[in-house]
Amino acid sequence: MAAVEGLFTLGDEPRLIGGRARSRGSYFFPKSLAGSDPACLGDEIEEVLLSRTGELWSYTTGEYAPPAPYVIPGDEFEPYVIAAVRLAEENLVVLGQVVDGVSVEELSVGMKMELVIDVLYSDDEHDYLVWKWSPVGTSENGEQ
Amino acid sequence: MDDIAILGVGMHPWGKWGRNFVEYGEKAARDALADAEVGWDEIQFVSGANSVRCGYPGYVSASTFANALGFTGCQLASSYAACASGATALSIARAQILSGVCDVALVVGAESTPKGFFAPNAGERHEDPDWLRFHLVGATNPTYFALYARRRMELYGDTSEDFAAVKVKNSRHGVFNSNARYTKEYDVDDIANSPMVADPLRLLEICATSDGGAALVVSSLEWAASRGIDNPVRVSGISTVSPTYPNSVIELPYLASDSWAAVGDETMTFKDNIASRAYEEASVSPEDLDFAEVYDLSSAYELDWYEHIGLCERGDAAKLLRAGDTALGGRIPVNPSGGLGAFGEAVPAQAIAQVCEMVWQLRGEAGHRQVEGAKVGLSINHGMFGHGSSVICTR
Repeated sequence: MAAVEGLFTLGDEPRLIGGRARSRGSYFFPKSLAGSDPACLGDEIEEVLLSRTGELWSYTTGEYAPPAPYVIPGDEFEPYVIAAVRLAEENLVVLGQVVDGVSVEELSVGMKMELVIDVLYSDDEHDYLVWKWSPVGTSENGEQ
Repeated sequence: MDDIAILGVGMHPWGKWGRNFVEYGEKAARDALADAEVGWDEIQFVSGANSVRCGYPGYVSASTFANALGFTGCQLASSYAACASGATALSIARAQILSGVCDVALVVGAESTPKGFFAPNAGERHEDPDWLRFHLVGATNPTYFALYARRRMELYGDTSEDFAAVKVKNSRHGVFNSNARYTKEYDVDDIANSPMVADPLRLLEICATSDGGAALVVSSLEWAASRGIDNPVRVSGISTVSPTYPNSVIELPYLASDSWAAVGDETMTFKDNIASRAYEEASVSPEDLDFAEVYDLSSAYELDWYEHIGLCERGDAAKLLRAGDTALGGRIPVNPSGGLGAFGEAVPAQAIAQVCEMVWQLRGEAGHRQVEGAKVGLSINHGMFGHGSSVICTR
């Protein structure tokens, strides 16, 4: 199940769920928690599925365990990679972890990335899923 | 915009003291009053910069500090704007003074911070971007600093050595500041040998969460003159602007930037706009600055500010650094106080501390870290969620 409902779709071709102002075409992610276009005041924001691919804007690592509400998956904390990706159509930059098995040495600004679904953490009942970024061509590393 | 006078400044040294934040604020306030030669019973208005890490007393900081100094019936305002809280509190005091509601005011901020990463408020908070970024991405504050740093490396050719050189420079400045938490001079090897926290940034390049307090006594120019002070340090401009849509840079604590699909382009950023309001109010330009105090949340972040405040074109900041322009003795010293690299960050006190340093510099009282002949200084930072913060002081 999704770790938080309403932010992304599941399945083979997962997408982020964003907002789009009908009149002007400004995009937002998440739909209701993002920077607002003042020209869209009172405008109807429609729900849209955002591009699955984009260009890597920047990237880094998390070498130490963040505080709660981050949940350490598994028994021990493992460092992870974080990417910020500029979505192809929407010109907006979205954060996400990078799938396991990809190191920063393999990344460079401008490379093509795609959205996949991966396990954020698990308990006895469920796998809690989240979107992650994967360099295009290596998505089999991350998809469930 | 009319100027106001800064009559007195005071600080409680930064550190990891683990005591009640009220002590830090009270000490800073008493020092500022003594420096101004103004009695507490003369203060007509207290503007408090709030803390969200010190319980309820932190949310009502003006009342808390006024109580510590003794209730006199003066007017109060408490405000919070994350790292911009100090500039916001100063802007409220200025508005009270310029509108004639009061003549003389005290501005105070202080905090006692927990160790380690800042964390969001407790609970299941699916509609709070600050909660979502920790839960879904594990994005800490250094994550964002590191994304900006990496981008500098790939777009402009900045190196890890450049970033380390910022920390080295600021540590050399901090050696001369008795209010700083770190007064050790670091070299490039110290930094290279410290643990990686968020690639490419290492532990010594990321500002530490600290305890500290800072305060200002401010008044109208007329009230200052009535005390025989004809040439005070002046607040000539304050910026507390919001971003202008669209901001193409992904900012704390959001999961995404604004979109520049419908309007704007990817060169539009919040941090470019913060200083312009302060420059406009003060009728000065970047060429007029003698020094600047900028928010070096990380070593690399300081370089971003060189460009955002107009010291150089975008991408050229490392050239200024390498030329020694931004070190004490250089063309335009940046962070003569030692900056956050030497202080760490005590959130509601930090923007006030930047103003304290400007006052010492403009009075010529900064000792071994004095910028010779300083007449105009600028401080800048921004508060999470979109609070701009910049102050220009002149003399």
